[in-house]
Amino acid sequence: MYKRVMPKGEVQKLIITEETAKIRPYAVAAVLRNIKFTKDRYDSFIELQEKLHQNICRKRALVAIGTHDLDTLSGPFTYTAKKPSDIKFKPLNKNKEYTACELMNIYKTDNQLKHYLHIIENKPLYPVIYDSNGVVLSMPPIINGNHSKITVNTKNVFIECTGTDFTKAKIVLDVIVTMFSEYCENQFTVEAAEVVFPNGKLHTFPELAYRKEMVRADLINKKVGIRETPENLAKLLTRMCLKSEVIGDGNQIEVEIPPTRADIIHACDIIEDAAIAYGYNNIQMTLPKTYTIANQFPLNKLTELLRQDIAAAGFTEALTFALCSQEDIADKLGMDISATKAIHISNPKTAEFQCLRICVLFSSLSSAVSHLLLQVARTTLLPGLLKTIAANRKMPLPLKLFEISDIVIKDSSRDVGARNYRHLCAVYYNKNPGFEIIHGLLDRIMQLLDVPPGEKKGGYAIKASEGSAFFPGRCAEIFARGQSIGKLGVLHPDVITKFELTMPCSCVEINIEPFL
Amino acid sequence: MADGPVAEVLLRRLETADGGLDSAELATELGVEHQTVVGAVKSLQALGEIIETELRSSKRWELTAEGEEIAQEGSHEARVFRSIPPEGLPQSELMRLPSGKVGFSKAMSNKWIRVDKSAADGPRVFRVVDSVEDEVQRRLQLVRGGQAEKLGEKERSELRKRKLLTEVTLKTYWVSKGSAFSTSISKQETELSPEMISSGSWRDRPFKPYNFSAHGVLPDSGHLHPLLKVRSQFRQIFLEMGFTEMPTDNYIESSFWNFDALFQPQQHPARDQHDTFFLRDPAQAQQLPMDYVHRVKRTHSQGGYGSQGYKYNWKLDEARKNLLRTHTTAASARALYRLAQKKPFTPAKYFSIDRVFRNETLDATHLAEFHQIEGVVADHGLTLGHLMGVLREFFTKLGITQLRFKPAYNPYTEPSMEVFSYHQGLKKWVEVGNSGIFRPEMLLPMGLPENVSVIAWGLSLERPTMIKYGINNIRELVGHKVNLQMVYDSPLCRLDAERGPPSTQEAA
Repeated sequence: MYKRVMPKGEVQKLIITEETAKIRPYAVAAVLRNIKFTKDRYDSFIELQEKLHQNICRKRALVAIGTHDLDTLSGPFTYTAKKPSDIKFKPLNKNKEYTACELMNIYKTDNQLKHYLHIIENKPLYPVIYDSNGVVLSMPPIINGNHSKITVNTKNVFIECTGTDFTKAKIVLDVIVTMFSEYCENQFTVEAAEVVFPNGKLHTFPELAYRKEMVRADLINKKVGIRETPENLAKLLTRMCLKSEVIGDGNQIEVEIPPTRADIIHACDIIEDAAIAYGYNNIQMTLPKTYTIANQFPLNKLTELLRQDIAAAGFTEALTFALCSQEDIADKLGMDISATKAIHISNPKTAEFQCLRICVLFSSLSSAVSHLLLQVARTTLLPGLLKTIAANRKMPLPLKLFEISDIVIKDSSRDVGARNYRHLCAVYYNKNPGFEIIHGLLDRIMQLLDVPPGEKKGGYAIKASEGSAFFPGRCAEIFARGQSIGKLGVLHPDVITKFELTMPCSCVEINIEPFL
Repeated sequence: MADGPVAEVLLRRLETADGGLDSAELATELGVEHQTVVGAVKSLQALGEIIETELRSSKRWELTAEGEEIAQEGSHEARVFRSIPPEGLPQSELMRLPSGKVGFSKAMSNKWIRVDKSAADGPRVFRVVDSVEDEVQRRLQLVRGGQAEKLGEKERSELRKRKLLTEVTLKTYWVSKGSAFSTSISKQETELSPEMISSGSWRDRPFKPYNFSAHGVLPDSGHLHPLLKVRSQFRQIFLEMGFTEMPTDNYIESSFWNFDALFQPQQHPARDQHDTFFLRDPAQAQQLPMDYVHRVKRTHSQGGYGSQGYKYNWKLDEARKNLLRTHTTAASARALYRLAQKKPFTPAKYFSIDRVFRNETLDATHLAEFHQIEGVVADHGLTLGHLMGVLREFFTKLGITQLRFKPAYNPYTEPSMEVFSYHQGLKKWVEVGNSGIFRPEMLLPMGLPENVSVIAWGLSLERPTMIKYGINNIRELVGHKVNLQMVYDSPLCRLDAERGPPSTQEAA
């Protein structure tokens, strides 16, 4: 139903020069002839461009749309790229001329446009479109010229889409012209424009391609779980604006895919439309006959068993963040970050948020602004537990917390270069460090894991050790089943103070994977 | 204490007392501290109706430390007067005396002394009268002797202004006989003891009534985290339905498994810096299954397997980019790929519940990390109807029986459905999950047979937990700012049980 028509007179031409190749090589164009805008249609026209810019155009990086009042211009148009200092024009809604350099500066503080400057900012040449009189139509993807500004009274629209993705540029053009061709005098027609590429090849746009796809009726029925006749299915699809008819042996449905449906790239897209037309809630619910025996992931099975018994031993489970600051896993524990083998995030997030705490004891609301710096993934569960204690200072002592969860370490033997380890960490925080209590918890854990004391026969033993996070003389390394599985000890006062705590604290942290 | 000597004496005195007695007076009489008597009174009170008490407060005047000193040595002005010999005293010398400064002005205003400013060697102080009465000292001594009431109101406040007197409030008990008064106290037992059992003496002892309306002693126990209690329940549900748990112990994923294998194009906005945490180190995945990668590349850029494809330049470098996984669907992709390598094909049901990471705007209900629940069924001839059927069974185990489905969009499923359930409390339909059938462009390059369909659905763990436990701010549930008291107090996670007393439950 959408048709591209050739004009009675000259075809509008857009000539692309080779300078655009390095920055923004593709362009397409079309004309909406004798269009009638109202305020609503005009607003909708602008809004559609913005929406397309945000999603399919990937914030103007892939495609940028420029729409112009054709009656203020004179073709043929040239799409080229020039040095910023050589580009000078009066941009949209301003009343004097600026060079491109000046505009880049001005728009740094424009809340809308500042997000797009990076697309061309540091390039030697900026894209620019001129008409035959040297009037600047636009400097994509930043801003249009004021000269060719569209108003409610505009009758003839010249549309150009430039970008780095040819397919997307064509799709975007098709979407705009199909949506607004309804308001042209010759409804649902779009006037063609020709684009000449640097290699001399000539393309006519918009493509407005209709595609035909063949889908078997029984396939639709099978995939959706319904039993409709091919005729009914064709009717359903036609209601979804996918004109369809039954052909051939009575089982084939020929579906015509209009240019407005660039999203239909496989039969499954057509099947979804049929299901939507049928009504999801009309489909009969059935259970698959799939017979399977369930298995637990061994590491999770072990974790679930351990959690229960550690809570039974009097410790309370915490759930802390996997992402944290470098400080949390290194400096505050007396280590250098390079020794941690932590993975590093490339776009670290500093999040500031209002946090509302309802303090149960005093029935009051307190509000705090917190800064969360996410630079690395944790290599130890200890900082999370210490921060949990710090955030719960008003709770009665002792505080006995534990967590069984994953930490992340760099590992070049893995396909992605990093791996998780399932750690178990417990802390005891009280007026006395309670080392013997944490030690006792370790003994209990080994008992639960059926690991006997004594290094022989695959048992466990602890040996005096040191660690920058521990109080000298109160640190031990734990060996089990022939390997070191972690440490326990009294925390060093520096660690305690750095985590904004005041009481003595002891902890144990082990890797539980050797016990699978 | 109730059977102590003070209590006994108190009871005997009370027997003969007329009306009652005052605790402070008794203390003075017995020569003990008032607090001892108060203690005896309180323990007698605890035994029941033996005594009646009335709290009284009385005020008493007492001397301050300075007041004590003056009562002893005389007022400053009197001392000044006494230190002036008949021939007078130079004022400068007078001022140097301990009571000099204070006493001088008072003695002057009493007209006891005078100053001769015209004296030869500086101002000189002389007596005016021959002797004086030290009224102040006399009055203070009265108070010290316990006869403060002999002074007038005005005199007392004057002395108080000079900080020589203070008014002290004394709280005493007026004790009188109770309805069950007796001079012999039989101590009421509170607990049965082994001796009582063996001797049988429990038969003759009165036992103090137990206060059933008070709380008991909460056992000293550990606690499980509410979110993880909910996780345990969801694991149970999946296992009951025959779903096998997928390995998900890898927070770090490559863009390939997280996006490309799922047929999510490299230009998709979700692959922006704004939504995904990319890694600086290790920045790239070094190992990828290259023949599979090539099939994925072809499908994205040229199409195939019945698809038009996306028609863009697919880049291997982009696929190598490491990130913190944005969904556990990446783990599902790995599991399905492994399944596809096993020939012949056997149907499978998989699930996972694990952490995912999103670089999004944070607010009261969103964090950078949360837990995703995912279920997958791979079998021949699965339909949208089967997906809905599985969802119905799954949600029934959560106590949710009214379900509705709405069309949705996911890059890797087609058809896609949002799942809604009717919330009795909010009186509206709320979204409880997202689901769909994986696209052929995702499954076929893996090597899965053409007539195998894979249905999948997912939801977050945090949302149902917050609804179940009535938590409004996700930070009180997840992370270090957790409300530990909430963790201590949170009930069992019974997903199919309604919150609140049974009388408010409504039939679905």
